[in-house]
Amino acid sequence: MSTSASEKIPFLRDPAKLAILYQFLTLTGVGLLSYYLVHNTLINLERQSISTGFGFLDREASFEIGETLFRYTAADSYGRALAVGFCNTLLVSFIGVTLTVILGTFLGIARLSSNWLVAKLSAIYIEVFQDIPILLQLFFWYAFFYEILPSPRQALAPIPGIFLCNRGLIFGIPYWHEAYKFAFLAFVIGIVVVFFMRKWASKRQAATGQIFPVVKVSLAILAGLPLLAWWLTGAPTKMNVPELAGFNFKGGITVSPEFTALLLGLVLYTAAFVAEVVRAGIQSVSKGQTEAAISIGLKPGQVLNLVILPQALRVIVPPLTSQMLNLIKNSSLAVAIGYPDFVSVAGTTINQTGQAIEGVAMIMIVYLIFSLSTSAFMNWYNKKIALVER
Amino acid sequence: MEKSLPKHTAENLRPPLTNIGIIGWMKANLFNGWFNSALTLLVTYMLWLLVPPLISWAFINSSWLPSGDQCQAGGGACWSVVTANIRFIIFGFYPHELQWRPLVAMIILIALLFYSQNRSHWRKSLFYAWTLGLFVMGVLLRGGVLGFRGVESNLWGGLPLTLLLSVFGLTAAYPVGVLLALGRQSKLPIIKSFSVVYIELIRGVPLISLLFMSSVVFPLFLPEGLVINKILRAQIAIILFTAAYIAEVVRGGLQGVGKGQYEAADSLGLNYFQTMRLIILPQALKIVIPPSVSILISAFKDTSLVVIIALYDLLKTTQTTLSDPKWMGYSAEAYIFVALIYFVCCFAMSNYSRRLERELDTSL
Repeated sequence: MSTSASEKIPFLRDPAKLAILYQFLTLTGVGLLSYYLVHNTLINLERQSISTGFGFLDREASFEIGETLFRYTAADSYGRALAVGFCNTLLVSFIGVTLTVILGTFLGIARLSSNWLVAKLSAIYIEVFQDIPILLQLFFWYAFFYEILPSPRQALAPIPGIFLCNRGLIFGIPYWHEAYKFAFLAFVIGIVVVFFMRKWASKRQAATGQIFPVVKVSLAILAGLPLLAWWLTGAPTKMNVPELAGFNFKGGITVSPEFTALLLGLVLYTAAFVAEVVRAGIQSVSKGQTEAAISIGLKPGQVLNLVILPQALRVIVPPLTSQMLNLIKNSSLAVAIGYPDFVSVAGTTINQTGQAIEGVAMIMIVYLIFSLSTSAFMNWYNKKIALVER
Repeated sequence: MEKSLPKHTAENLRPPLTNIGIIGWMKANLFNGWFNSALTLLVTYMLWLLVPPLISWAFINSSWLPSGDQCQAGGGACWSVVTANIRFIIFGFYPHELQWRPLVAMIILIALLFYSQNRSHWRKSLFYAWTLGLFVMGVLLRGGVLGFRGVESNLWGGLPLTLLLSVFGLTAAYPVGVLLALGRQSKLPIIKSFSVVYIELIRGVPLISLLFMSSVVFPLFLPEGLVINKILRAQIAIILFTAAYIAEVVRGGLQGVGKGQYEAADSLGLNYFQTMRLIILPQALKIVIPPSVSILISAFKDTSLVVIIALYDLLKTTQTTLSDPKWMGYSAEAYIFVALIYFVCCFAMSNYSRRLERELDTSL
């Protein structure tokens, strides 16, 4: 049976024509809807005499922000206030993601421990912290700081030199000295040296089969170089230690209750999810791989480094990325406990200026940038460690 | 010859006492190797430091006195902050004498959920039962018909509101999510790009930005005079948000259906809608039931964010109670109580999801 070209296909049976029709209908529908919404919005804006555009960014903000990474006063512009909020979000996300990955990995490994007590405790932790909304956890930690912790006079000192009280987390830092600049410089140089050493080591291993103790030497370089620089440039040891003066601590660094509560909530919540991701990743490597690695004479450390981790990471990285993104997005809940992150500053801006559309659009764009750049980085990393099919 | 046989043959030789019973179990699971032994001791020590004070705070020294001031003396937990305010925490501002109505609605919902657990009940009749159930729940909450006194939605609050937002949110988001997933898998470039942009946009921003949008931007979108109440606006935001996540889950299911199924449908001469409705979706949706339960869990937890736009859900009623000077300073007790509610619900759901995954897993 053959269909001659001249035979007419009914319009509603021809996929090619239907495709055009459907797309046309979708386009018209979306177009009409957007036109309707924009039209209404313009009328409403005119009626409430709200001007559109981002001109308000230059106006004086006239509200204070509790925590800033750089100089900001109420006399500065909305733009600068939003920049302060942006940096605060960046700070809490960066520290949060780092701590979460460390704690999550630790918990995931503990979940698989042969020690019954450790495995059960970490299973309970994972289940409990996953099942309680993050916002509730944030409120709890916030109340923990303001209601349960004592005043500075009776501050708890879980580790000598670190104080916990209702003013936040207070600990000592070294007084500023030129030596720290050099130590930091040495650290950066150390990273570069380690990078090239790893390349050299893997090339040598591929050529001669000799294994170079990369991890040990890397750690030695990363710790040793800054230490050496610090020692050579005077070895300052003077510390700015917090001391009780009147009703509060003086000296040292004070991390506010809001920031600590936010960080604590985000890390403890997300780490439970990361732990599950790590556990699944480790379990995805079949037992035969470990046995084969041992039988060809690798040491336990080598088994982990050369056989299990490279395979487990491939399973771990994609879901880990989405957990990191979740943490970054959840950091927007800072607004609920009064930490001045981007959403919180933008919310204040919206309330004061009435520029709701611009404000919400900025929030969305900022988080989209965070999300897209994080997933771009993790995609790059994922590609790097992905299985090379031969 | 017989005399030289050993008294104990291998069969009647008992294993050493240290390898069986509780000692054997401890040796195998807690003290195998020096590292694990040290770990066990360390963890036990830490538990010893933490658990007894907690127990004495929560149970032994706790008090159930009628006011916060009287609790002060005990030094333990003051659970009466929960018991004295339980009706407000659970039902919010719903009129006191009508609170049996949301209670009945919640019982219907829980009964329906329990009934739906069993897979042998998944028939068409269950679908009708749900439709009827949701309708009855709506009538009970809202009133105004059948002789029930009407209750304005701005009085709704507490646990019923939390359940309403999550259950209705997921129910309404599911069809939208399926459509988006089909759009993303579609060969038509315009439909595909709209779907991709929508899904990625929503998944890239926090829910709170959508809630902000629903509370401050959404009213600007509407023509003059048309006002949509706050709960419905938040509900729409939650639906739009959840739909994007459902779309990604359903896409996974669509990709899990073998290519041969599509080809077979094509060769039978089915058109796109027939193929999807009769062949692909029934298989794809079955695959994605367990991950859908996870989405329900996160939707349930995420509804707590409506606190930020000042809706009186379970968390907000708790906070309101705590801002009462009579009960100030007992946040820990109240939050632990609410956490317990959330935990029980989520734990039940995640357990169910795991069970379902095992049952539906037909591979060996």
